[in-house]
Amino acid sequence: MQGLIRALLAGVEVMTLLRAYCRSPSAVAGLLLLALVVVMATTAGWLFPRDPLALAGRPLVWPGDNPRFYLGTDNSGRDIAAQIFHGARISLLIGLVATSIAIVIGVVIGAISGYYGGWVDTALMRVTEAFQTLPNFLLLLVLVAVFGSNLMTVTIAIGVVSWPAPARLTRAEFLSFRNREFVQACRTLGMKDRQIIFREILPNALPPVIVYASVVMAVAILLESALAFLRLSDPNVASWGNLIGLGRDVLRIQWYVSAIPGLAILLTVLAVSLVGQGLNDALNPRLKGR
Amino acid sequence: MNALLKLEGLSVRLPQGADRSHALREVSLSLQPNEILCVVGESGSGKSMTANAVMRLLPTGVVIDQGQVMFGGRDLASLDEAEMRAVRGAGIAMIFQEPMTALNPLRTIGDQIGEMLKIHTQLSASAISARVLERLAEVRIPDPAMTIRAYPHELSGGQRQRAMIAMALALDPKVLIADEPTTALDVTTQAQILALIRDLQARKGTGVLFITHDFGVVAEIADRVAVMQHGKVVELGTTHEVLRHPQHPYTRQLIGAVPQLKAPPPRAISAETILSIEDVSKTYRTGGFLRRGARVTHAVRDVSLNLPKGGTLGIVGESGSGKSTLARCIVRLIEPDKGVIRLGATNILALGGEDLRRQRARVQMVFQDPFGSLNPRRKAGDLVAQGPIIHGVPRAEAEARAKELFELVGLDPASTDRFPHEFSGGQRQRIGLARALALQPDVLVADEPVSALDVSVQAQVLKLLADLRTRLGLSLVFITHDLRVAAQVCDLVAVMKDGLVVESGPTAQVFEHPEHAYTQALLGSIPGRSFALNQDG
Repeated sequence: MQGLIRALLAGVEVMTLLRAYCRSPSAVAGLLLLALVVVMATTAGWLFPRDPLALAGRPLVWPGDNPRFYLGTDNSGRDIAAQIFHGARISLLIGLVATSIAIVIGVVIGAISGYYGGWVDTALMRVTEAFQTLPNFLLLLVLVAVFGSNLMTVTIAIGVVSWPAPARLTRAEFLSFRNREFVQACRTLGMKDRQIIFREILPNALPPVIVYASVVMAVAILLESALAFLRLSDPNVASWGNLIGLGRDVLRIQWYVSAIPGLAILLTVLAVSLVGQGLNDALNPRLKGR
Repeated sequence: MNALLKLEGLSVRLPQGADRSHALREVSLSLQPNEILCVVGESGSGKSMTANAVMRLLPTGVVIDQGQVMFGGRDLASLDEAEMRAVRGAGIAMIFQEPMTALNPLRTIGDQIGEMLKIHTQLSASAISARVLERLAEVRIPDPAMTIRAYPHELSGGQRQRAMIAMALALDPKVLIADEPTTALDVTTQAQILALIRDLQARKGTGVLFITHDFGVVAEIADRVAVMQHGKVVELGTTHEVLRHPQHPYTRQLIGAVPQLKAPPPRAISAETILSIEDVSKTYRTGGFLRRGARVTHAVRDVSLNLPKGGTLGIVGESGSGKSTLARCIVRLIEPDKGVIRLGATNILALGGEDLRRQRARVQMVFQDPFGSLNPRRKAGDLVAQGPIIHGVPRAEAEARAKELFELVGLDPASTDRFPHEFSGGQRQRIGLARALALQPDVLVADEPVSALDVSVQAQVLKLLADLRTRLGLSLVFITHDLRVAAQVCDLVAVMKDGLVVESGPTAQVFEHPEHAYTQALLGSIPGRSFALNQDG
């Protein structure tokens, strides 16, 4: 893994990439927004040392009414600001872990499928298609219903339903690389297949997959929120989705209970997407110099 | 006589950050009616840029910043897009290197040629189709009536190029620009296309600006020659003057680098056989359901050849002859259907698993594509050290050896920690060679190792190969489509056609007294043959 990252970083000269990335204002805005979410997540424990799910004051205080709760309180009297800050941790955690799971499964299946071709490819692709034809939210509901809904199972379940698209992308990349002469050269050197797949081809095939990972991450955050909205996510953590789910009961009058975490989700997903788009433009050589 | 097309002090600027400020610098050329002017140069000389500048088909960011292109009393450099469109096709037509990509794959040939007439003339539909038929007959396409309805993929490369020429000449343009029109074609097809262009040009009195990198083609077709280097015309004169009495040192160097067809005196070859190929066959089946209607291609058919120890066996043939498939069978990138390939005493086709992996070190391959054959994300030194490391050499030792090999193939040993894209094409080919040599193979298989290189670089790499061969006692299987290259390096040659070896023997014998009709045809099609043979060398 370490060697892989080193090879990846070395090939794409980091400085050039950074310069290409910074050329787009929207990509920079996305990066700043994402940095803000990360800052919220890291400072949550310091700014709001108390348990965010503990009762803090009167329920349903409007934002600004009480200087102690500048984002108000929810229907059970918990501090919304504390939940937003702590929720940033949960969203990022779910986003990163679920995305990693999806990308690892997807890359391994896609790489094996694309490299070997033939019946291996046929078999793996049929499985992938089977996963793709099921709406992934329904599959997620089934998984959560079967395995319960604590934070870990929810995260893993989101990862498990998100791998088919990265798998197909990786496979397409591998199909275009496997007959290149440098891969044939590795075979004539007597290199093992595993080494060719993961150390030679993968670093070349990875950039578009990394870009796609941002989409997976945005979707993972949304999936968790959707689960929480249906009250099927882990109720014992302060997640944005849980807060929206709670706010559903008072949506018509105290709409801010749902709107504030909704806005947080919107901005986070937007940030991740913008970063992904910016990476894509920076890594895509055809757009260079435009 | 009045020039048809006159370039006066034409300069073309490249965008900032390119490797030089101008693609063309004050290029002055004139094309007379009824003449073929060859613009010849190596890659990066600006020869194609000249053609594109005349047609005003320059990439974005590349602009004409000085000079004039005079055509029919007007300066093309100052026309607007609409006026330019009227000139393109009708006044100046162009044919390209790759006829497959220059034609629209979803439209029939007749449709595409007819479009030219539809845009530029008022002819009726029936008049257009009659005209298309006439044009196709003119370029001597077999069965023009069928070709009208054919799609590009249904034609062979040579036929596609004929269709392109028919399209270019549909409106009887005064000037035809041909940008490497025969480079992608086999030599026998190339000879036919050159004859066709010459013939049509003489009949219609068209002025042809012919861009090429091949002095053989120049000798074959040109009336006058312009030699370009780094965006400048360094020499201009009649074909005889330039080829026989080149003035500029660069021209002399280029002409000197053109490989001679004459084989050097034969070397002593050992009687011991190191590699023997016995009745090897490979058949491909594509399409068809349950074997019905499947297309069967016999890529290699019952080939038997021997490579003596320390010798060089050339396998020559045109595209589709099966020479590359055979090379890949020898290194076992492709599994042959039947036959035996013996390296020393072992049948390498019978090996599997771990035995095969260990055996691979004994037969190594040098690939054709200097860009595609090196992993872009690995340092050059790693690429060379990789092989020995796989076969159990400690990393430090392998890296030290990589540096020695760099020296051996004529690269700077300090450049081992650079990436492939920082090297030129010729240098990359040297890295590929070093990688293959790192395992100290018994047999080296070189698949078109110099065909992607410029002629002067090609000469250097061939020289290196010949030098290493004697120093290391390498046994070499050399695959090439270029008989001139084969004549230079091979002790023995085998000529392949449609998967069969039609003729084989010592190089001098095969080239001087070819027995098979196909070998004779191949030798007869080499462009500039008379020039190459008469040259003192």
